[in-house]
Amino acid sequence: MSGLIGIHLNGEAVQVQKGLCLEELVRERGHASNEVAVEVNRDLVPRPARAEYSLQEEDRVEFVTLVGGG
Amino acid sequence: MEQWTDEPLRIAGIELQSRLLVGTGKYASLEQTEEALKLSGTQMVTVAIRRLDAGATEERCLMDVVRAGGYHVLPNTAGCFDAESAVRTARLARDLLETDLIKLEVLGDPRTLLPDPVGTLAATEQLVGEGFKVMVYTSDDPRLAVHLADLGAASVMPAGSPIGSGRGVLNPTNVQLIMELVDVPVIVDAGVGTASDVAVAMELGAAGVLLNTGIAGARDPLLMARAMRAGCEAGRQAYLAGRIERRLYANASSPEEGLIEEAGPGAANSAGGDKGKDPVGVS
Repeated sequence: MSGLIGIHLNGEAVQVQKGLCLEELVRERGHASNEVAVEVNRDLVPRPARAEYSLQEEDRVEFVTLVGGG
Repeated sequence: MEQWTDEPLRIAGIELQSRLLVGTGKYASLEQTEEALKLSGTQMVTVAIRRLDAGATEERCLMDVVRAGGYHVLPNTAGCFDAESAVRTARLARDLLETDLIKLEVLGDPRTLLPDPVGTLAATEQLVGEGFKVMVYTSDDPRLAVHLADLGAASVMPAGSPIGSGRGVLNPTNVQLIMELVDVPVIVDAGVGTASDVAVAMELGAAGVLLNTGIAGARDPLLMARAMRAGCEAGRQAYLAGRIERRLYANASSPEEGLIEEAGPGAANSAGGDKGKDPVGVS
């Protein structure tokens, strides 16, 4: 199983393919690119930079979107 | 009735004809959200930023409603209890929504949801430095409002009363002082329970009112959306029209001369003229 690494996505432990980029993770999880903003290890990864970011073991990834609020 | 037009509310280069800013939280459904926003007449709506659940792709989402309505979207940092998470949330919001606008909230504790002044100042400075247009939720402390404006906030937004409390503007004196002391638009944010609360804030001279629960939590949110709109317009018009002074004694609206024989009080008992003016300066 050397082809998989463990990351945390929205606080949950998940396994992803080694070398997977953020943009691919967004799509793999069924999200449109423009309905999500992404943070890795507390830093924003801007939309254009997602394709260049390869996920690393133990990365803490946040996917967020908008919800109703005041 | 002849059309009356107001100057637009200008914030961060945006012009708003409606001075009501409305939140999108706590409605019964997306349809109700959409209808309430429409009826309120608002042109700027707030949204929150939260984790996206995997596979939670509904047919139609809030983003569609906001886009279809042509609203300016004002993301908030609600739920952040320190400057760092508020700044992170703001960055995410900017990337997601492609706007520099941010409604900054750095809250003190979950029970009162009162803004934390120290964290609010720190986050305002940071975000202004990063090019955000910061509309900052704050307490009604006038000196704090001055500091926030000096840091470059696009709008200072004092709470009328705690978020969702529906208690209206608890300290009108402070809100008025803030408006005298800062040059950026002052928007009363939070605590609005009903249309008269909006009217009171606008009569004080607020540039606008931001509310959510007052509409969403009403028994009939759609009717309340109309009421809030009317309250906002009525308060704004009353402010511009200039209210009469408060007086202790009555001031007859009908002529005091020309009364029929033996009608009316004797001249000696009359408390007319400046003697009727409010001696304690209530106004």
